[in-house]
Amino acid sequence: MSFKIIGTGSYVPEHIVTNDDLASIVDTSDEWITQRVGVHERRVSVNETAADLAYKAALNALSESGVKPTELDLIIAASISGETLCPTVAGFVQSKLGATCPAFDINSACSGFLFALDVAAGFYARGNVKKALIIGAERLSKIIDWKDRSTCVIFGDGAGAVVTDAGDNYLSSKICTKGGSDVIEIPSFSGSSPFYESPGKSPYIFMQGQETFKFAVNAMTEDVKEVVSKANLSLDDIKYFIPHQANIRIIQFASKKLGIPIDKFVVNIEKYGNTSAASVPMALDQINKSGNLNRGDLLALSAFGGGLSSAASIIRW
Amino acid sequence: MILEKVKKLLAEHLDMDESEITEETTFEDLGIDSLDTVEILMELEEEFGIEFKMDEGKKSVGDLVKYISSKKE
Repeated sequence: MSFKIIGTGSYVPEHIVTNDDLASIVDTSDEWITQRVGVHERRVSVNETAADLAYKAALNALSESGVKPTELDLIIAASISGETLCPTVAGFVQSKLGATCPAFDINSACSGFLFALDVAAGFYARGNVKKALIIGAERLSKIIDWKDRSTCVIFGDGAGAVVTDAGDNYLSSKICTKGGSDVIEIPSFSGSSPFYESPGKSPYIFMQGQETFKFAVNAMTEDVKEVVSKANLSLDDIKYFIPHQANIRIIQFASKKLGIPIDKFVVNIEKYGNTSAASVPMALDQINKSGNLNRGDLLALSAFGGGLSSAASIIRW
Repeated sequence: MILEKVKKLLAEHLDMDESEITEETTFEDLGIDSLDTVEILMELEEEFGIEFKMDEGKKSVGDLVKYISSKKE
């Protein structure tokens, strides 16, 4: 027993920041960002927290599913940019929705949503839950160094969510961690203990671009092949590939290496940038709402990022 | 011959003629950005069964050939 997805939702803040807007803050250009990253604009929150975004995406997904908040048995949110470590993003959503089920966050950076799906699959396998709400939500603008032109042009804010019911449509999965890497690092607040002697680090996203690119492409190609094979399928059986929207160049190179036409990849990075744990559920919601998905279609989800971490899964629609 | 293989792979990746590439050709001459460079290094890794560190200074085709030769020995 695993689950089936019975509703998807997403939400992005209203405020649009274009590449030209960024060029007025840091030394960059629309041409550079478009070529190196593939982002044209991103949404940046002016007053909503990651939890606010999560709540609105959740309402959207619940509405499609027809599930009432009080029917939920589990809420998991994947986020690295909540306003408070405690209460959690999921706890905030639970309270705003008026749900009473257990709710908790998990952190696996950009792979967080796929890790959360796998955690949820464990609850279903034990027969503990019927209806679950799984969210990826980020206000990455909070942890971006807006003076660092190599990172601030990449990221955006947003949230995506799915509502699941007991079923057998989570066909295979892989979650993978390569711990201890400093290729991507987001130091947290180091505190003000008078006893702690280590110097604190600046609490913003730091990324080694080339190493990240290499890890991402390798992870995506290997993970996708592995979950397809675990589900006894071939790459040709997959209708859509839904990758983490990290950088258009990563998606293009992985598509080439996998020998899969680029038009089978759901891409929206040009509009939203890299929204970390929110990107896969946002793209899933986009393809679902576009009307191009039919029951029975096979989807391959793939994410990779800080940790280093990566994950993939095959879902039957 | 490592040089020939590197030239062939670069020419294919960048959609140009092999004769335009020599040992002295630099990445800058080829007009490629840092991500093209990683893509090419990753393809070379596969071709030669070696591993590159992405931050090592390899600026020309000759640098690549030298590095690959040292790894293959």
